[in-house]
Amino acid sequence: MLPSFRYVRPRTVSEAVKALAAEGARAHAGGTDLLGCLRDGVFDAKSVVSLSGLDDLKGISPTKDGGLKIGALTTLAEVARHPGIAKGWPALAQGAAAAASPQLRNQGTLGGNLCQRPRCWYFRGDFDCARKGGEICYAVEGENTYHAIFGGSGCFIVHPSDTASPLVALRATVKVVGPKGARSLPVEKLFVLPAVDHTRETILAPGEVLTEVLLPPPLEGAKGLYRKVRSRGAWDFALGGVALALSVKDGKVASAGVVLSGVAPTPWRVPEVEKLLVGKALDAKLAAEAAELAVKGAEPMSGNDYKVPLVKGAVEEALLALA
Amino acid sequence: MADGKDDRNDLDTNGGVSRRGFLGSVVPAAVGVAVAREALSAPAAAPAVAELPAGEPAKLTLVVNGRTHKVLVEPRDTLLSVLREKLGLTGTKPGCERGECGACTVLIDGVARYSCLTLALEADGKKVTTVEGLMEGEELGPVQKAFVEEDAFQCGYCTPGQVMAAEGLLRENPEPGLDEIRHGMSGNLCRCGAYAHIFKAVDKAARFRKER
Repeated sequence: MLPSFRYVRPRTVSEAVKALAAEGARAHAGGTDLLGCLRDGVFDAKSVVSLSGLDDLKGISPTKDGGLKIGALTTLAEVARHPGIAKGWPALAQGAAAAASPQLRNQGTLGGNLCQRPRCWYFRGDFDCARKGGEICYAVEGENTYHAIFGGSGCFIVHPSDTASPLVALRATVKVVGPKGARSLPVEKLFVLPAVDHTRETILAPGEVLTEVLLPPPLEGAKGLYRKVRSRGAWDFALGGVALALSVKDGKVASAGVVLSGVAPTPWRVPEVEKLLVGKALDAKLAAEAAELAVKGAEPMSGNDYKVPLVKGAVEEALLALA
Repeated sequence: MADGKDDRNDLDTNGGVSRRGFLGSVVPAAVGVAVAREALSAPAAAPAVAELPAGEPAKLTLVVNGRTHKVLVEPRDTLLSVLREKLGLTGTKPGCERGECGACTVLIDGVARYSCLTLALEADGKKVTTVEGLMEGEELGPVQKAFVEEDAFQCGYCTPGQVMAAEGLLRENPEPGLDEIRHGMSGNLCRCGAYAHIFKAVDKAARFRKER
């Protein structure tokens, strides 16, 4: 049985903001991550604030500039099967389709997928780890097969989302509403590295709700994909992966978004690789060079050095698939 | 029978239990039912927030397999526990209870979801279908029949969840290919490893549904 909590179902975003600003309040979108965390005692909730009554935050609609607005409560299944997203922003459609299981995609939301807590077994387990306010990251001396090879510092989680990396690659923005009003920011700026604060994954302050994701209009000659490598063919988190959002003009890469998943505490953008690709024709030689550069500076731990060649291979393969 | 009210679970006569009308009417938490009706007729009066204190049971109307039930639930009750323990619909199985195994799969508004990760309060106003709801009178429904014919289980514990996942898949995609079946069934684990037979059963169920 779940621990006891107060249940609140606001009918407007401003009521949600108020309810979420209360001490010990936790947001419930699809609830799939929240209920698991509560059951496992990862954290408590004095109140669960269900966003399911906020119909304005559901659905996908075009924006004036040719982009797309996706309400934060749109399910992953809806994102995955939306023909417009598959055509204009394929990396996102593929990321949403690769996440979790069919049932979880029917229930889990895009906003929830970005705001979910990490899957590190020390964080989820009965360990007073650094992310839960304890002294140490147990992964450093312990079992770190699924942990970070980039960006770890005091905590070595990997970000579990399959939609975050595509959204960063696509230069998407999110709208956040809070007690002080609304603000928009690039998805990339939503996430927090452990070196900045190892007890949180997003910049969301108490009372702040992620309300929508905005996709910019597709660039001319846009191509993209999300490549996820996992232990099983389905229903597993990424061991490593890459989201690509390229535009190609006159046979040359005009712009590039390259963001790794499953290897760092946040979606891991590799600007050096993006820079390398721009202005060049994408061929086998360039793909190999880019893949090499993508894993430069990796700092594997005792049990996860396999991730370096894995991600390198995934980047090379993904680039070749778009060549 | 369909859409009929189930008297066993009508709690109106159950005096002495702390209860309040919930979510069907939008009311401030501390207001009683009679006052709530008044508040509804004067919409400006009440804040638009529905809430329920921890541990407090409230009366929830659930539509399951076409029948309307009224049950007392508290915030932490999952749909899984309410289906099994309050409505006696034990076809839906508890497995991992953390959204990994799929044994608790039901349809909510026609879509397959894990009932262990769904608060009962979240099913308010939605149509729930459990494995019991797939019967066609005294006969097995097409997906159930296909599972029997293809011997798609050994111990059978995961079967109701597998059947509901298949039903959800076929409602969305009535003619799935093998790859689509494998993908569509990937949220359900079978410890006996009957997967090959399960995939055949889903394929056969698609044909049964078409012939209906």
